[in-house]
Amino acid sequence: MTLLLGSLTIGLILTLLALGVYISFRIFDFPDLTADGSLALGAAVSAVLLVQGLHPVWATLAGAAAGVLAGAVTGLLHTRFRINNLLSGILVMTALYSTNLYVMGRSNVPLLSVRSLNSLAEAAGVDFFGRADISLFGWPVMVRDLTMLGCIAAVVLAACGSLYLFFRTQVGTAMRATGENPLMIRALGVPTGWMIVVGLMLSNGLIALSGSLLAQYQGFADVQMGIGMMVWGLASVIIGEALVQSRKLGLTIVGCVMGSVLFRLLIAIALRWGLNPNSLKLITAVFVLAALVLPSLIGQWTRRKGRA
Amino acid sequence: MLRIEDLSIRFKAGTPDEVCVLDGIQLQVKEGSFVVVIGTNGSGKSTLLNAVAGVFPPERGRIEVAGQDVTRWPEHRRARLIGRVFQNPFSGTAPHMTVAENLALAARRGLARGLRWALLPGLMRQMKDRVGELNMGLEDRLESEMGSLSGGQRQALTLLMASWVRPQLLLLDEHTAALDPKAADQVIRLTHQIVTRDRLTTLMVTHSMAQAVHLGDRLIMMNKGQIIFDAEGMAKKSLRVEDLMARFEEVRRDEQLDVSAAKMLKALYI
Repeated sequence: MTLLLGSLTIGLILTLLALGVYISFRIFDFPDLTADGSLALGAAVSAVLLVQGLHPVWATLAGAAAGVLAGAVTGLLHTRFRINNLLSGILVMTALYSTNLYVMGRSNVPLLSVRSLNSLAEAAGVDFFGRADISLFGWPVMVRDLTMLGCIAAVVLAACGSLYLFFRTQVGTAMRATGENPLMIRALGVPTGWMIVVGLMLSNGLIALSGSLLAQYQGFADVQMGIGMMVWGLASVIIGEALVQSRKLGLTIVGCVMGSVLFRLLIAIALRWGLNPNSLKLITAVFVLAALVLPSLIGQWTRRKGRA
Repeated sequence: MLRIEDLSIRFKAGTPDEVCVLDGIQLQVKEGSFVVVIGTNGSGKSTLLNAVAGVFPPERGRIEVAGQDVTRWPEHRRARLIGRVFQNPFSGTAPHMTVAENLALAARRGLARGLRWALLPGLMRQMKDRVGELNMGLEDRLESEMGSLSGGQRQALTLLMASWVRPQLLLLDEHTAALDPKAADQVIRLTHQIVTRDRLTTLMVTHSMAQAVHLGDRLIMMNKGQIIFDAEGMAKKSLRVEDLMARFEEVRRDEQLDVSAAKMLKALYI
């Protein structure tokens, strides 16, 4: 039960990452590698502020704001200085690795003994239920895990809802059109460069928020925690798309949530069955590769079979 | 309405491959005038349209639209004054967004875009009416994805989008060249209808001699980045397809003469 709750919570936290990757990769068609750096940046900034005793809500928001800034840098590198989109992301990601070390002052900051969203949730839960563990369908569960899950679910719901609403506004539709057909939307008077910058700010803000929440949930921020996260988010997005089978805005957002949670659950089960954690990134990469390549391979194969 | 002075554009300037695509163009178009632009491949007619739209920065010269010097304006800023339809029917619309969303984007051309709903009820009603006027049955497909429509339908909608907010200048870049004859015919009729009804100042590039003869009140022919023929009013009305073909033939013969003369000179002196 603890395992299930845990992967559900982490899955939901990483939904914010998946949404961020969805915005850059799918809406803007911009493979933004800043994600790896901004996830750790969000964690680092929040962790340092928490250690200094700032209120967890402000520390979390500051982490997200740092991500917004990182996104702006990548966007400006690409649109103002005409640097290739992949390279702009890689440059910022690389620079962020050192930045994160400066911010934290070392490679790892433990958060177990400081006041964080996690400890706030624990206090609120104990207040509400009157004790530290209750039984859920006959399983003993820590109240802290339950309230944390509730808080995260609320945050994710709010993020999904506001994204859905935002992408239906005048600016939001202009952003979607920027990714689909920049030629057309420029001819309709939209400065596509600025749309990309704002879109990447939004995307990396969400990813940094995800990093900040992840650090508080797992009890430490680590400079390495961002590595491979963009691919992880992409895997979630792809699973989500396979699940909802639609390109409609609302459904793809729901798909991101489902894909992220399902992917995390699958990984948790695999680890439980004795999968070596070292192979995790390899498996994620192979999975994404397969998801990208298989549809066209299968298409080719059936066409050839149809001809024979 | 449109005033072009001494406009020149070179591609790959300063390299051995330098091509002069526009060479000192002078052009003035009166308000409400419908100008047809023809010319051989590489004559610079599409470049002229793109230069007016702001796709390429000019090397020299000045462009004025509706009394404003737009020479240094970026493309998206010029879109306040200019509506455009492209040759490729896929270029003018966003395929995975609905017809209504595409139209809503066009309804804000030249206006600020804020955090209000893209699809406001008043706008939706207006869409039903104006799409209905196309007589293509598309008013019932506002919720369909744009990509599910045919090229002709998309081009008709692009035309409607370009003229949704009345443009000071409408640019049509061979907008029927990629369509089948029936759809091309329909889009041309629609073009005529919209341009005459709203009395739009229009610049239309075309390959079709029939269109060039039947449409518009002025015709310019381009060759090697220059305007070599300009007919207006009665002179334009009396033009026939044969006259234009004869002009093209003349251009071709001149060019051949150049080439053979160069050969002869080479043979003699080198």
